[in-house]
Amino acid sequence: MQPGALSSTLRKGAIWGFIVLELIFFSIAGEYLSLSDKAFMDYDNMLLLLKQSAPIGIIAMGMTIVIVNGNIDLSVGAIFAIAAIVLLDSMTWPIFAGLGDWVIPVAWLLALIAGTLLGALNGLIVWKTGVDAFIVTLGAMLGYRGIVFMFNGENPTSHLNWTLVDFAEAEFLGFATATWFLAAVTIAIWFLMTKTVHGRNAYAIGDNREAAVNAGIRVGPHMMINFAIIGFLAALSAVVFYSESGSVNPNDGQLYELWVITAVVLGGTKITGGAGSVIGTLGGVIAIQLLRKGLGHIGADTSTVNLVIGLILIAVLILDRQLNIKSKGALKI
Amino acid sequence: MTTQPVLRLADIVKTFPGVRALDGVSFSVLPGEVHALMGENGAGKSTLMKVLGGIYQPDEGGIYMGDEQVVMNGPLEAKAKGIVFIHQELSLAEELSVAENIYLGELPRRSFGRVDWQTLADKTDAILKKLNVGFNARTRVGDLSIANQQMVEIARALTHEAKAVIFDEPTASLTDAEKVVLFEVIADLQASGVGIIYISHRMEEIFKITDRITVLRDGQYQGTVQTRETDEEAITQLMIGRKLDLSRAAVEHEIGDVALEVRGLSCGKLYQDVSFEVRRGEVVGFYGLVGAGRTEIAETLFGLRDPSAGKILLDGQEVRITSPADAIERGISLVPEDRKGQGLILGMNCRDNMTLPQVDDLKAGPFVAEGAEVAIFDQYRDRLDIRTPGWKQQAGNLSGGNQQKIVIGKWLSMHPNVLIVDEPTRGIDVGSKSEIHKLLRSLAAQGYAVMVISSEMPEVLGVSDRIVAMYSGKIMRTFAANEVTEDSLIQAISGIGGDRAA
Repeated sequence: MQPGALSSTLRKGAIWGFIVLELIFFSIAGEYLSLSDKAFMDYDNMLLLLKQSAPIGIIAMGMTIVIVNGNIDLSVGAIFAIAAIVLLDSMTWPIFAGLGDWVIPVAWLLALIAGTLLGALNGLIVWKTGVDAFIVTLGAMLGYRGIVFMFNGENPTSHLNWTLVDFAEAEFLGFATATWFLAAVTIAIWFLMTKTVHGRNAYAIGDNREAAVNAGIRVGPHMMINFAIIGFLAALSAVVFYSESGSVNPNDGQLYELWVITAVVLGGTKITGGAGSVIGTLGGVIAIQLLRKGLGHIGADTSTVNLVIGLILIAVLILDRQLNIKSKGALKI
Repeated sequence: MTTQPVLRLADIVKTFPGVRALDGVSFSVLPGEVHALMGENGAGKSTLMKVLGGIYQPDEGGIYMGDEQVVMNGPLEAKAKGIVFIHQELSLAEELSVAENIYLGELPRRSFGRVDWQTLADKTDAILKKLNVGFNARTRVGDLSIANQQMVEIARALTHEAKAVIFDEPTASLTDAEKVVLFEVIADLQASGVGIIYISHRMEEIFKITDRITVLRDGQYQGTVQTRETDEEAITQLMIGRKLDLSRAAVEHEIGDVALEVRGLSCGKLYQDVSFEVRRGEVVGFYGLVGAGRTEIAETLFGLRDPSAGKILLDGQEVRITSPADAIERGISLVPEDRKGQGLILGMNCRDNMTLPQVDDLKAGPFVAEGAEVAIFDQYRDRLDIRTPGWKQQAGNLSGGNQQKIVIGKWLSMHPNVLIVDEPTRGIDVGSKSEIHKLLRSLAAQGYAVMVISSEMPEVLGVSDRIVAMYSGKIMRTFAANEVTEDSLIQAISGIGGDRAA
């Protein structure tokens, strides 16, 4: 084992330790505080938790690669809403009337294409103008949300297709459809980031952009691909979620970007880029979902949940900083 | 010349708004030749290399490889044509492995765009074996020392069937042993017919390994000479256009009491058991390699690091310095290593930069006292001979030498007792250098205790009354100015000899 390996293993595993801690805490606290008499660590409850993690989790995988790449995407919530509207509305379009249930894959495809294109557009602007991704996607967040409201005003867009609902509510080997999607996306992005040249170049760009440029890596296209990926995943998340619910409010997906970024950071990804892993992000997503569910379980309301998650996020970053300071003699800045 | 050059730059002109950065520069490298490119900072060396690397396109002139004229559209294209750059500023991604860094931008692929890790590791280990280094392909670059990181950078030269390799100040952070390895690598490349462009300020290296020397000055081609037919003085003259006064700026003056004393100071692994004293009116030079712990000592004295052991005494009183504000109050000032990053706020004007540490005290009621600020600026502009059109000039627009004077003026205006200067002439051209040196001497003569940290031997030799030689966090030896020789100094900082051999 090389020096420093222990501490880095500790840091990588920290999020899973935190999850175990949460499980223990809520199981014990639940015994005294819970209004229901079901145990927190109930099997069904845990399965439900994985399913509920999916919408945020799928987007968080994309956010991991975007942040590792040295960018950020604030527009995912708005893309999520647009993709949902495309999905539900396109099923009612007259030109698809003759398709019967074959409209479902068409609608899915349209939603995914919309998300991918919107993401790619963000990436193209970041690439070609050189404007910081934070600003570009902040603008996109407002602009895309504007499009959502332009479409149907304040009214929800609804369409229930029962075949679709059946598919979304199906279970395979005990896991819900959404959970399977989360698992597949996690594996796919993990493969992309650890095994492919594109993924390794994304790390290099986030770590030291100048070095990447000097080495002849074409920074722009890599960034655009990653923005397209996160756009696709935001749309996929919408597709998975709204196939089941069948109704989208124009405000849906708001603050998703913040939940997603929180999960990614909790999972140990460096916010400045260059380091991070999809597995850590999965831990971050589950940790947040556990916290929300657990606090609900012991009777706390939503506002308390937000407060606690905010505090934990800051505590984690402080802790991380302390762990990263190598010795007492480190530079004080 | 009988052989065909591998690479030839002909009459390159490159203009930027208001500046003719390169003005008809020609340069060629023969196969198996080491060709030095020299010139002061700002002479156009890096612009020329950027043209060669395809980062800039020349306005006039052409690049030829063999007989063919080529157009470079980017670093990747230059690399594909067999031109490899070894950068001076470490161009590495710290979180990635050594192998990934060496093959950055051209990782071997398998199907589906997958990285071929096995091939990558095998090829990298083969290169590392040749370089004789103590780490392997899977080591994280961030865990390596600066010198080893430089070796990773150098390893990049060996990944390709290179036709020409450009080394830009490769030895800045290497120990002597590593330099030997580097020179062997260069000799190997030479033997296989590769043309090498070697950029360095270190004359002794230039004269040791190069065949020809080309000199640039202010973007203009000054000539190419055979190394064995010339000497350092002639080259310097070509570089600065006049003779350089290298004689010691030795105005002898009285040396006073001990202003700063350090006893057994340690800071974790950075440096251990360091003891020295600096008297009023004395310049003490700290010489050593990058990473020897010199900057860290300065940072500790300035309250940026907490020492793990030892004492700091100011005027005989033991003190604990907990923060820079604390240090400034006790009369310690630090002119930092990175002038542009740590010393100045480039977007602010000269006056505001100079009064930055005391702007809290310069108040007229709740407002900033502009008049008092201008007065301070004027005083130090005259005293330090800062050449600027006026205080409204942005610090970023000044030359390196004048920028450094602003930083020095900033700290002098705080009336320090101890002035610590870290790499005072880094990135400053030869002419301004000697001016800064004279300034440091005259400051000492006025009664300041001055600590100068430098990696340039002529500089420490030129300005110091005593020289502290450091190696790997320890003081190897302290020399008085009249007993030091270049050889003994080099031995001390390389960990050889000295009174406490490593």
